[in-house]
Amino acid sequence: MPAPDAFLDVRDLRIHFPTDDGLVKSVDGLNFKLQRGKTLGIVGESGSGKSVTSLGILGLHNKRNARVSGEILLDGTDIVSADPEAVRKMRGRRMAMIFQDPLSAMHPYYTVGHQIVEAYRVHNNVSKAVAKKHAIDLLGRVGIPQPDRRVDDYPHQFSGGMRQRAMIAMALSCDPELLIADEPTTALDVTVQAQILDLMRDLQQEFNSALIIITHDLGVVAELADDVLVMYGGKCIEYGSAVTIFEEPEHPYTWGLLGSMPRLDRGVTNRLMPIKGTPPSLINVPSGCAFHPRCAYEPQTGGRGTTEVPELVESGRGHLVRCHLPVAERKRIWQEQVRPKLEAGS
Amino acid sequence: MKRRMVTGVAVGVAAALALAACGGGGTDSNTDSSGGGTTTAAFDAANGKVFNPSDKKGGTMKFAISSDWDSVDPGDTYYGLSWNLARLYTRSLTMFKVGAGSTSSELTGDLAEGLGVPSDGGKTWTYKLRQGLKFEDGTPITSKDVEYGVSRSLEKSALVNGPTYFNDFLDLKGYKGPYSSKGQDNPAIDTPDDLTIVFHLNKPFGGFDYFAQIPATAPVPVAKDTGVKYKEHVVSSGPYKFESYEAGKGFKLVRNDQWDQSTDPNRKALPDGYDVTIGANADDIDNQIIDGSLDVDIAGTGVQPAALSRVLGQPDLKARADNPLSARLNYTSINPNVGPLKNIECRKAVEYAADRTTYQTAYGGPEAGGEIATGLLPPQIPGFQKLDVWSMGADNKGDLDKAKAALQACGQPNGFETNIAYRAERPKEKATAEALQQSLARVGIKLTLKPFPTGDYFSLYAGKPSYRDQNNLGLMLNSWGADWNDGFGFLSQIVDGRVIRDTGGSSNLSVNVPEINTMVDQAIAETDTAKRDALWGAIDKRVMEEAVILPGVWAKQVTVRSTRTTNVFVNDAYGMYDFLAMGIQ
Amino acid sequence: MVAYIIRRLFGAVLTLVVVSMITFGIFYLVPRWAGGTAESLASRYVGRTANAQQVADAAHGLGLDKPFFVQYWDWLQAIFVGRDFTGVGPAPVHCPAPCLGYSFIGRNPVLPDILDRLPVTASLAFGAAIIWLIFGVSTGVLSALKRGSIFDRAAMGVALGGVSLPIFWTGLVSLVIFSYGLHWTKPGGAYTPIEVNPGEWAYSLLLPWITLALLFSAAYARLTRAGMLETMGEDYIRTARAKGLRERTVVTKHGLRAALTPIATIFGLDVGLLLGGAVLTESTFSLPGIGKYAIDAINTNDMPKVMGFVIFSAGFVVIANLIVDVVYAVIDPRVRLA
Repeated sequence: MPAPDAFLDVRDLRIHFPTDDGLVKSVDGLNFKLQRGKTLGIVGESGSGKSVTSLGILGLHNKRNARVSGEILLDGTDIVSADPEAVRKMRGRRMAMIFQDPLSAMHPYYTVGHQIVEAYRVHNNVSKAVAKKHAIDLLGRVGIPQPDRRVDDYPHQFSGGMRQRAMIAMALSCDPELLIADEPTTALDVTVQAQILDLMRDLQQEFNSALIIITHDLGVVAELADDVLVMYGGKCIEYGSAVTIFEEPEHPYTWGLLGSMPRLDRGVTNRLMPIKGTPPSLINVPSGCAFHPRCAYEPQTGGRGTTEVPELVESGRGHLVRCHLPVAERKRIWQEQVRPKLEAGS
Repeated sequence: MKRRMVTGVAVGVAAALALAACGGGGTDSNTDSSGGGTTTAAFDAANGKVFNPSDKKGGTMKFAISSDWDSVDPGDTYYGLSWNLARLYTRSLTMFKVGAGSTSSELTGDLAEGLGVPSDGGKTWTYKLRQGLKFEDGTPITSKDVEYGVSRSLEKSALVNGPTYFNDFLDLKGYKGPYSSKGQDNPAIDTPDDLTIVFHLNKPFGGFDYFAQIPATAPVPVAKDTGVKYKEHVVSSGPYKFESYEAGKGFKLVRNDQWDQSTDPNRKALPDGYDVTIGANADDIDNQIIDGSLDVDIAGTGVQPAALSRVLGQPDLKARADNPLSARLNYTSINPNVGPLKNIECRKAVEYAADRTTYQTAYGGPEAGGEIATGLLPPQIPGFQKLDVWSMGADNKGDLDKAKAALQACGQPNGFETNIAYRAERPKEKATAEALQQSLARVGIKLTLKPFPTGDYFSLYAGKPSYRDQNNLGLMLNSWGADWNDGFGFLSQIVDGRVIRDTGGSSNLSVNVPEINTMVDQAIAETDTAKRDALWGAIDKRVMEEAVILPGVWAKQVTVRSTRTTNVFVNDAYGMYDFLAMGIQ
Repeated sequence: MVAYIIRRLFGAVLTLVVVSMITFGIFYLVPRWAGGTAESLASRYVGRTANAQQVADAAHGLGLDKPFFVQYWDWLQAIFVGRDFTGVGPAPVHCPAPCLGYSFIGRNPVLPDILDRLPVTASLAFGAAIIWLIFGVSTGVLSALKRGSIFDRAAMGVALGGVSLPIFWTGLVSLVIFSYGLHWTKPGGAYTPIEVNPGEWAYSLLLPWITLALLFSAAYARLTRAGMLETMGEDYIRTARAKGLRERTVVTKHGLRAALTPIATIFGLDVGLLLGGAVLTESTFSLPGIGKYAIDAINTNDMPKVMGFVIFSAGFVVIANLIVDVVYAVIDPRVRLA
């Protein structure tokens, strides 16, 4: 078997949930690769399948209610087909996750220290005292003052930012090679957000781990990501380097996301431009391009938008886009219509 | 006043009478045969005869009851079952003969060698005690112990439960009892020697031997009397003594080795002991008797409705069930002081119009409910005669023609309206009130149902003259059981108008006729038993003629016993199984 | 924490005072609304031969002629200093502190009687509680984990039945089947104290325990199932799994721990309530416990007993509440600072 060329290689990942109302195709044919030390940003609205993807990578989907197919190769091991017990042993040790709302994601009845110790000891055969010392070290490293004292506090005694730091400390407890952060800053206020992002960047460099940032906020991605994957309706609709995505985005949905991104470098008078309409139903996915009901340029596809599912095709080096519009047309619209509007902020 | 019993079904508490078979016939009373034994299991086999006669000793009898009774203290009890039971651990001056049928209507000496000897025209009664009587600790029993037992029972403020006959009839001259009149001698009782006791009465009373069988004449050692706490340590004078006593839970009786069979011709003392459980679930008691874990429900009130159909429907169970008649009348008082009922013709209309069969059904039918009553005195009481004062019509369903005629004579041809009072917690009384409501409506007499709380029925509502008259309680359901089976025991509290008090509390709700009061006085004073019984019978008839009482049923019940019991019979004196005679196979 | 407990204690005492006042009010007012006077109430206690003077003396000696609050105060005070009653019987009767009332029908203080019956009720309550806790909670957890399975459906069906069936029915039916039919268990009323013979004690209580536990197991299974389903959907369960914890650890340490918190609350209250007398169970199985005592007191219209019972039971519920509050603070650290 040839050695994988990437640390994480996701191939044709499909995660479907059979429900009474029909089959929910939360993730429907996703491919991407990630190297150690690199950061991938997965961007999309709620229900686009990004969180489902992250749980799938951790092998957390219940076999009873989820159908997972495809391959998730972590350093050559396929998580989809592996023995659940083997995956459990990888969880927390080789791959760890930072969750969105640390208040609800941490157990209210156990001290922060206890929860970190628990995460450490499940994969490391050490005494409680050693594990606790490790926990205090970690809390110190994520910037919690007086960690030896705060280690015995309960989650509700921490502030929001501190809780997120503690959450990160917990995720880092076993030096994971892959770290997934699901909306790590959403629940925090803006100044704290920046601190947490700085912290994550520093830690990633220190640990040289692969990082996946899952967010609906392109601002976060801009801060951290090397590559960006934009998801819509369970599918990747645009993939490229961060520079490409921010400088030469080609999918109308990505344009919409950029338009709805608050930016500190823009004037306060600038208004956001939200994307009209609502995210698609994952049961009755719109025919043709899933984005067509919300797409302002759909008439320019000559009807293909409503009938034909577009393919993900390379439009530049490492730049993949799933759109019926001709490449030249897309580049023209971006350069002539969308970009000036975004920069004018009107 | 047996209405103090808490159970909804009335219990006939009673003791029986010396003389006589009952007068009159045509009833299925259990007193019409006597003696005899049988080993053939059949329904009612232990009623009127001894079932499974045996002299075999040994075994422990298992008794149970669903709710506690007043007390096991012989000086503080008024329950028939308690008087029945007290004979196991105490001996009184006299007792009813132990036997089936009419045998138990005869009195005989117990502590005393024989019955009392009257003198001074019935105002003085003298008893001679047997030789060799001992308490459970071996101390000889003397006439002083009997005197003390009677004297302490006078203390009604402490021992509140017992009857008041000694308070009422002894010539106490202000003596209140050994607790209140400390240091004083009871002037009504003399003990010239250790074996002689003399009672002085304030008026002649021919039936004093009945008083002498009340458990209060059981001897009590002064030194062991702890007042209201005596019930926890009753000192035995009978064949059994208390091994343990737990208030409200039960007690155990074991043989008393100081009891001497040669001093006691009446008791066989077959079992080695008795376990009495108090407070068991009533339905469960029935099940356990059927199952054999228990022998008898000492409440004597019959099986619960849940087990009734099973007992009557299953031949093997029915064969160990009996159907005794208790000396209890369930009846309706007709208030002659309200509205149209002031007129006797309107009261007669009620008597005529009432359907006695639905009355009987309301109480549970002929077996579990009772026999349709024709007068007040139940058939097993001497002086009983089958009366037919007011026609009950064909099939006892009421005589509507006569009822309408009576209404015409009363000036209420279209009927009238009045209220009927009953005890809310008694479903049978409610059913009766509804049955009367229907049967009287046939002639236009409209009844409105008025339920009252049982606990205050006599003290505040129906029993309080001002209340019942002001609130137009025309009909009031009532129930009465005899203290013992003679005319005085049954009638004196319910037909003598002088027991009615303005403050309430009397069981007599409607009878206040000077002529009847005079007749009661005559009957009490009469020393000739046969004449006395005839007088009580005449009072019964005279009360009926006033149309102030509508008789309902003479209570009967279906009782069941375990298969291992021997020597079983219904003691007519108590209207329940004789606990003293019963043995174990 | 200490301040928290003191605050709760204060609340508990206040609750008891209010309950006692209401109870006292009911027993004071209802007979009077029904037309009772001090004398007519006293007349029940003095026997049939008492004259008007004796009744009046009793009414006075028992304090029945005093205003409501004076009577209540006398009653309350008796709990701490005891009380003497005059007018009934030749000598004053003494009810020693803590006096919860004196039964003039039974001629004894109420509290010793109730305490005498407490072991029976406590045996019943704790035995049944252990059974239903083990049985109910484990069924609920399994049902939740195997949601939608045949086991889940069957268990919840049985639980629905168990909740709906009254104990006097299940009790009598099981007595008929297991005691009288199969002779596996003791018949009703066969209580043996634990200090006499622990084996017999357990054997005699087996059927009441199971019957009572069935009722509660059903309720607890349903509660636990609902709690587990809710808890297992919480974010922190996902976190626990993401840490790589074994599923068993996730379910017990993280899931059950949180799901059991409300169960613990209800459990404390249920046991407290039962300690105050399992009226139906005790009367069905003829167990001489506090509940049976209350039934007998009501049947004989013995108001001081009923009053004593109500206060005693209320005391248990209030104490149970207090314990639950404190335990809750131990279980859930978020409550401690609240």
